[in-house]
Amino acid sequence: MSVLRISGLRAEIGGHEILRGVDLEVRSGEVHALMGPNGSGKSTLAHVIMGRGDYDVTGGSVTLDGEELLGLPTWQRAARGLFLAMQYPVELPGVRVGDLLQAARRTAGPAAAAPGLGERITAEAARLGVRDEFLSRGVNVEFSGGEKKRAETLQLAVLEPAFAILDEIDSGLDVDALADVARRIEAMTTETGLGVVAITHYARLLRELRADRVHIFAGGRVVASGGPELAAGLERAGYDGLAAELGVELPAPVAPPEPADPFAEPVGF
Amino acid sequence: MPAPDVATSGHAFTPDAAAALGGPSWLSRRRIEAAEKLAAVAWPTSREEIWRYSRVDKFDPGRYSPPDYGEGSGPARQAPGGGPFAAEAGDRAGLVVVRNGRVVHAEVEPGLAAAGVVVADLADVDPGLAAERIGACSDASPDPFTVLHDAFLAGGAFILVPDGVVVEAPIVVLHWTEGDGVAGFPHTFVGAGASAEVAVVERYASTDQEMLVDAVVELDLAENAHVRYLAVQEHGTGTWQVALQRAHLGRDATLRSSAVALGGDYARLRSESLLAAEGAESDLLAVYYGDGDQMLDFRTLQDHAAPHTRSDLLFKGAVEDRARSVYSGLIRVRPGAQKVDAHQSNRNLVLSEGAGAESIPNLAIEADDVRCTHASAVGPIDDDALYYLATRGVSPDDAERLIVLGFFEDVFGRLPLPSLEAPLRRSVNEKVGHLHPSDPRGAR
Repeated sequence: MSVLRISGLRAEIGGHEILRGVDLEVRSGEVHALMGPNGSGKSTLAHVIMGRGDYDVTGGSVTLDGEELLGLPTWQRAARGLFLAMQYPVELPGVRVGDLLQAARRTAGPAAAAPGLGERITAEAARLGVRDEFLSRGVNVEFSGGEKKRAETLQLAVLEPAFAILDEIDSGLDVDALADVARRIEAMTTETGLGVVAITHYARLLRELRADRVHIFAGGRVVASGGPELAAGLERAGYDGLAAELGVELPAPVAPPEPADPFAEPVGF
Repeated sequence: MPAPDVATSGHAFTPDAAAALGGPSWLSRRRIEAAEKLAAVAWPTSREEIWRYSRVDKFDPGRYSPPDYGEGSGPARQAPGGGPFAAEAGDRAGLVVVRNGRVVHAEVEPGLAAAGVVVADLADVDPGLAAERIGACSDASPDPFTVLHDAFLAGGAFILVPDGVVVEAPIVVLHWTEGDGVAGFPHTFVGAGASAEVAVVERYASTDQEMLVDAVVELDLAENAHVRYLAVQEHGTGTWQVALQRAHLGRDATLRSSAVALGGDYARLRSESLLAAEGAESDLLAVYYGDGDQMLDFRTLQDHAAPHTRSDLLFKGAVEDRARSVYSGLIRVRPGAQKVDAHQSNRNLVLSEGAGAESIPNLAIEADDVRCTHASAVGPIDDDALYYLATRGVSPDDAERLIVLGFFEDVFGRLPLPSLEAPLRRSVNEKVGHLHPSDPRGAR
């Protein structure tokens, strides 16, 4: 049993505070949905947990089984058991998923370095409906939105982290791909005890990926928490309506709306 | 004209020294002519456009001497440095081993020899075969270093495939240079007759001593000849290489040529294709990787002298530490050469703040119905790519290595000799790998 604990987390970018005291605790096997309007700081939370360099952490802590992660570089946080499935996965020309996963497993300790990686990848590809050609191409290069998210899920399944942060893994997915991805991740929560923080706008993701807890995120912090009924309420009433029902005040956005696709420019050469 | 000696010229490359080298009379005459030109040569400076960004200002001919060829430099019947590379070339149709510019071993499959294929020292072959051919390509593009080369040319690899003969397995040429202050003048001539086919793989290597390797490669393709050529440059750390590789392509001839440049202190390669007749096609590829204080310098020419000719060029390089690279390329389409299709692309990864890459693609088009493109890029590894890999637990060193090898992948995938993909990928990986020696491709 592992615990990812975020307490009082504050962070800013360029002197502008985005996270304003985030508290969240996730245990192995649990699925926590994080829902909030644009500009509420959800993606920032994901990147601050992973240690992206653009942000300055000004307070609070992020611990995994009691070990403080703030201060560790991103790859070491991942090696200790975190994984971020990106909203816009980056294209890596000429880097096959097998190359990536082998390099990733090298840092993740003896258990992860077990042999048979090729077989694991093939098995996961079959389970997720990833065609062979996507395994021999550069990761995410000329993948459709759905193919990218399947590829993210494949990496997640093979690496078997303790906790995964899914940053809008449902964006750009058709219904079939959404179901494949969400079912696979849901299965990981029981098969390997994966703990999940799922950032999403849509309750439909949570019908396949059964959320244990739903958090409403606004103004850089969690303003309300509850069970799956909260997501249903959100779908029915919207953020303002739900806030009124719950008797909480929705803080103003902390960040300008995110650009449509900050990674739309291909990375390579 | 009195021959200048070392005292007056400041270097050992005198007409007397050139004349003293033995060999057949046609070769002596060629040397003496060049030596006379050399006496009047003004060494280039980086103010000349073709030498811009180069290190030619640091060139001091006084630091080098022609090697002492002696007679039968016996112990070196084999050149070191061929090693696993030669073995991994797989089946081969012939082998030439060159030490300090002199052929010390040459062999060819007996069946091919019977079909008229020649794999030999150019100084040994019938003058009727060699005298007309040596210089057939390189004489069209002289510079002071080719003049110096010609003045001290005493031997080299001579490969001739008669009309209609197809040589399936590659012919391997291993060049080895050693000796402090030595100047070597390796020469390779590949002549492919009408409808002939041949593949030639060359590896250039040297010790870490200070030396000059002044090399010329001539690829002479007759009508409908098909040549695949791969040169791997893994010189030692003290080598100055100044090389010309020039191809002449006849009607419907195709050349697929690749260069892999990893070694040397200053290593310059001029790579030129003259598409002399309709239907000719030239494909030039290169991978280069510089580190330490290396400079890798490429000047390319795709010279379309006839209509309905095609050329493509893709040069990709990486530099780290304080290394520098230069790519300067020209597509020339001569008057009347309509319906030409020509492309050039040069892309560079700059891996350290102290490293740098120059990229200068040029077009000189004198026909109006052509399709020509050029592209160029110089930049660091993308931070988003490094972050993406880090979120999967890939260490920064491994991430850099994956991205660099991935960057070269499309060139590796197009190498004219797939059997050499693995050793070349390993060589590049070793360069990237102050990082990690493990093979990143083992997973699949």
